[in-house]
Amino acid sequence: MSTVSTPMVSSAPLINRDRVIDWLGIAPFIIFSLLFLIIPTLYLVAGAFLTPEGDLTLKNIGDLFTPSIISAYWISIRVSVASALGGALIGFFLAWAVVLGGLPSSVRSTLLTFSGVASNFAGVPLAFAFLATLGRTGLVTFLLREWFGFNLYGTGFNLLSFFGLTITYMYFQIPLMVLILTPALDGMKKEWREASQILGATNRQYWTMVAMPILWPSLLGTTLLLFANAFGAIATAFALTGSSLNIVPILLYAQIRGDVLHNANLGYAIALGMIVITGVSNVLYLMLRMRAERWQK
Amino acid sequence: MKAQRLGAWIAVILGASYFVIPLIGTIEFSLRMRRGEYSFDAYESVFSDIQFRETFGYSMLMALLTIVFGMLLVVPTAYWVRLRLPQMRPVVEFITLLPLVIPAIVIVFGYLRMYNSSSYLPLTGSTTGTNILLVFSYITLSLPYMYRAVDTAMRAIDVRTLTEAAESLGARWTTILFKCIFPNVMSGVLSGAFITLAIVMGEFTFAALLNRPAFGPYLQLVGANKAYEPSALAVIAFSITWLSMGLLNLVSRFGKAAPAKA
Repeated sequence: MSTVSTPMVSSAPLINRDRVIDWLGIAPFIIFSLLFLIIPTLYLVAGAFLTPEGDLTLKNIGDLFTPSIISAYWISIRVSVASALGGALIGFFLAWAVVLGGLPSSVRSTLLTFSGVASNFAGVPLAFAFLATLGRTGLVTFLLREWFGFNLYGTGFNLLSFFGLTITYMYFQIPLMVLILTPALDGMKKEWREASQILGATNRQYWTMVAMPILWPSLLGTTLLLFANAFGAIATAFALTGSSLNIVPILLYAQIRGDVLHNANLGYAIALGMIVITGVSNVLYLMLRMRAERWQK
Repeated sequence: MKAQRLGAWIAVILGASYFVIPLIGTIEFSLRMRRGEYSFDAYESVFSDIQFRETFGYSMLMALLTIVFGMLLVVPTAYWVRLRLPQMRPVVEFITLLPLVIPAIVIVFGYLRMYNSSSYLPLTGSTTGTNILLVFSYITLSLPYMYRAVDTAMRAIDVRTLTEAAESLGARWTTILFKCIFPNVMSGVLSGAFITLAIVMGEFTFAALLNRPAFGPYLQLVGANKAYEPSALAVIAFSITWLSMGLLNLVSRFGKAAPAKA
């Protein structure tokens, strides 16, 4: 498997010393990514279509449509969609506020630095932070009860649930949206707004007929990126809920640990399902980004 | 215009409270261990835990190895692609973005099947082998960030002229790489290094499934068994992220200023 893309040099003479050296230069990188990224992934993809004995089958894919697996995918998709939409909406307003809201520039740089940190503050510690804040004995839960006599957990709220996981994920989704969208909003030219005003457009008309048609690929694309970001995440959910919330990564984790589905190849099919979902949303993101960049020239 | 500024302030204040309140909550909770008064007992308990020191040290070592070997892989590749194989650029860039597309849990699942003790390359069969696999998995995980950081730094220097100048002075390729290219893209190398540090220190999935005693799985274990220590650990973890990103900002500001002097 370590041959280095030989078909691609076929246009050159068969043995050309410089050419060979050229390709040898990136051979370590290609070999590394084949061994530790591409082949392991393809191995699972292939396994999804095989029986344990090695015969071709579609049964594993069919078995994905059993209620327990479908429900895991469904919860994962709902959490990812909700946290992506919430993150995108709030992130958009924040980016708008610092770019176009006329705030001092120190607010902007503070927010961007903080977003860089918060978008990387995920995983297990994030779960601890939310447990300490909104858990049963958390600070906000406590203060709501002490100051307003409001019992948060009396309303049926539970941090270890769909809603709780969604607001926890938004902690890294919002900053990611801010980081990606700020440059897009910076790219909105002043002239566009001035031109529309001279032609008599209202603020509302400017946003619906000029700004949004330019911005929507960035907005939608980034939302898809946030979706994929949440879909693959496991550590936060695992530390927050243990295995009580049945999302796909946790199901796959349990399957890897102890073959809970009693069919190793069904595990491969679950992995394939995850790759397809994150893959499709990333491809759409890239397509939308290319479209968005048309205006940045 | 006035209403707009007011709206902007409201948005920023609401957003800021969403970020800050959980931090305050965590810090407050971490100080609550002693009944009736605030104390640093939870932190004392954490720091005196031998497992904390061991896992923290282990993850730190893994992060350093990841940075060193990752950069030895990424810098020459980025350099070579710019110099000799510009037509491969989209392919290499695409590969470096794949770890963002393929969930970590899927990659580690593939490792466990491909490198188990009955395979051609039985990396998970021994402790050393598993450690190597963990470092490689972390290099994979940080590939998007490292490559981007290095490539951006390389854009600012004229790779071709530097190489030709060094060659005409009789430098060997090792000299060119380590004495010309590396020092010139140091800002990129360092920013890639700091983000890698932030990622590796808290990483959970790879370490847990490869059964290595890293900081991430330790955090999870403490979270499942103790009450106040997790908050103290979250504060510590957040400080590490904050420190890494702060250093990153410093480095990239320094990196921007450097070419102007030349």
